[in-house]
Amino acid sequence: MESEVLIEARGLTRRYGPTVAVDNLSLTLRKGEILGLLGPNGAGKSTTMKMLTGNLAPSAGEVLIGGKSMHDDAKAAKRSLGYLPEQPPVYPELTVDEYLRYCATLHGVAKANRDAAVDSAKRDCGLTEVGSRLVGNLSKGFQQRVGIAQAIIHRPPVVVLDEPTVGLDPIQIREIRSLITQLGQNHSVILSSHILPEVQAVCGRVIIIARGRVVYNDSLEATRSDRFRNVRVGLRRAPEQGALAGIAGIKSVTALGEGQFRCSCAADADPRDAIAEAASQGNWGLYELSAETHTLEEIFVELTSGDDVRSAA
Amino acid sequence: MSNIFNIARYEMRRIFLSPLAWSVLAIVQFIMGFVFINLLVEFANNPGSGEEFGVSDYIGGSLYGFATILLLLIMPLMTMRLFSEERKSGSITLLFSAPVSLTEIVLGKFVGLLGFIAAIVVLMALMPLALNWSTDLDWGRIAAGLFGLFLLMMAFGAAGLFVSSLTREPTIAAVGSFGLLLVVWLINILGYNDSIPFKEVFSYLSLIDHYESLRRGVFDTADAIYYVLFSALFLWLAVLRLDMERN
Repeated sequence: MESEVLIEARGLTRRYGPTVAVDNLSLTLRKGEILGLLGPNGAGKSTTMKMLTGNLAPSAGEVLIGGKSMHDDAKAAKRSLGYLPEQPPVYPELTVDEYLRYCATLHGVAKANRDAAVDSAKRDCGLTEVGSRLVGNLSKGFQQRVGIAQAIIHRPPVVVLDEPTVGLDPIQIREIRSLITQLGQNHSVILSSHILPEVQAVCGRVIIIARGRVVYNDSLEATRSDRFRNVRVGLRRAPEQGALAGIAGIKSVTALGEGQFRCSCAADADPRDAIAEAASQGNWGLYELSAETHTLEEIFVELTSGDDVRSAA
Repeated sequence: MSNIFNIARYEMRRIFLSPLAWSVLAIVQFIMGFVFINLLVEFANNPGSGEEFGVSDYIGGSLYGFATILLLLIMPLMTMRLFSEERKSGSITLLFSAPVSLTEIVLGKFVGLLGFIAAIVVLMALMPLALNWSTDLDWGRIAAGLFGLFLLMMAFGAAGLFVSSLTREPTIAAVGSFGLLLVVWLINILGYNDSIPFKEVFSYLSLIDHYESLRRGVFDTADAIYYVLFSALFLWLAVLRLDMERN
């Protein structure tokens, strides 16, 4: 069953003078999806997010939020949008409560529901304790949380978060991640990040941008899949390399030193059981045995560190 | 419409949360009070002038005439933060991503500023009010002077708001709007120069000439419309400027 398309961008292009920051970028996001936007610095992530949220007009292409065009019907499109930019858009002279109430008002939350909206946003972002403090007196991490609370206060169908976990401590990061996962069940979320494990932890799909172009757009299932090509083995009393290579399903073995080996597997073979058995029989002192899946990091490095990308960056 | 008032309410709250607004109000009140006392003493020492030149003329004429200069100096300080500071801190994104139009943002901020302007007008009205129990005042005349000050500040505010939308540095916005206001103020100098063609046009365009009649207690719709049009022009320019920023 295909769920409703909430964000659709077609052929987005943004030029700054002769520089092309984003080049012909298209993306679709359905309800209940969490999309990670990855890319090296200056790849055009923030520019893309600004265009998606109507803060920047694209030089070409169009954005539809919940079927409403950002260009023709900006108000209707923005009504279903919550956006946390790189810098949290807060007013330091207001208290957290005042600020969130203002955001709720701006986003058209009805007067009767405003208190409830402020309370639930504070609860979700762990701000209940600091409601009466001035935003300007809060630490960077708390200001970031206020920024996230602002983006979700009106429970928009589409939430766009530009590096939401910057400046947070590890516990807060975990809380925000679980919040994003929770949001992703009923809303569509786009988030950008440099932190690959974070993206891997929360996103269902990943788009990698390099030089303003989409170079990878696939579900993260592909990177999490059971298929793997290499098995890493650590042995305390390593036998000769040939003994490992002789195990069924192993094509070749590379020694990595200190008893570590990378075994390249034959197609569709899983030699892990066999290795474990051989290790126990031969008393090799097996202490590590893991499949090297094709990680997001490998994909990222492969796609973004090409020479042409570097020279253009 | 409700968007405008919601933005205005918070804008006004933020203006009055800043120490700047209270310092400006305190200093304006101190200086105006000083001038007011001076004028009163001068009036009391010239008993003969009471016949055709009453205390209302002194207040409405001299006090409010002096106030225009002071307001020219302080209004740029009040308008400098409106957009430039928000742009610098990034909080402008909140308004830009909310379901409100640019016109509503600009008008909201402007109406919020009018709240501050109203506070100044009230302070200006309190001084003649103190005389109400000891003498007969021509309140119509004083009201015309106060209304004129309100219109004048509204025009200053709109021009300042526009200049603030041009830059991300509040100080540059302050200097810029002060320069702009002074030029429009002084444009009537050209009107006194006979060698300049259409000299009447220049003196008509000047900000201050239209206040002269209001100060003297003459309410002319044309003067009020001048200030309204002047403000509308700069508010419209501010909307255009913000729209350009997106493109």
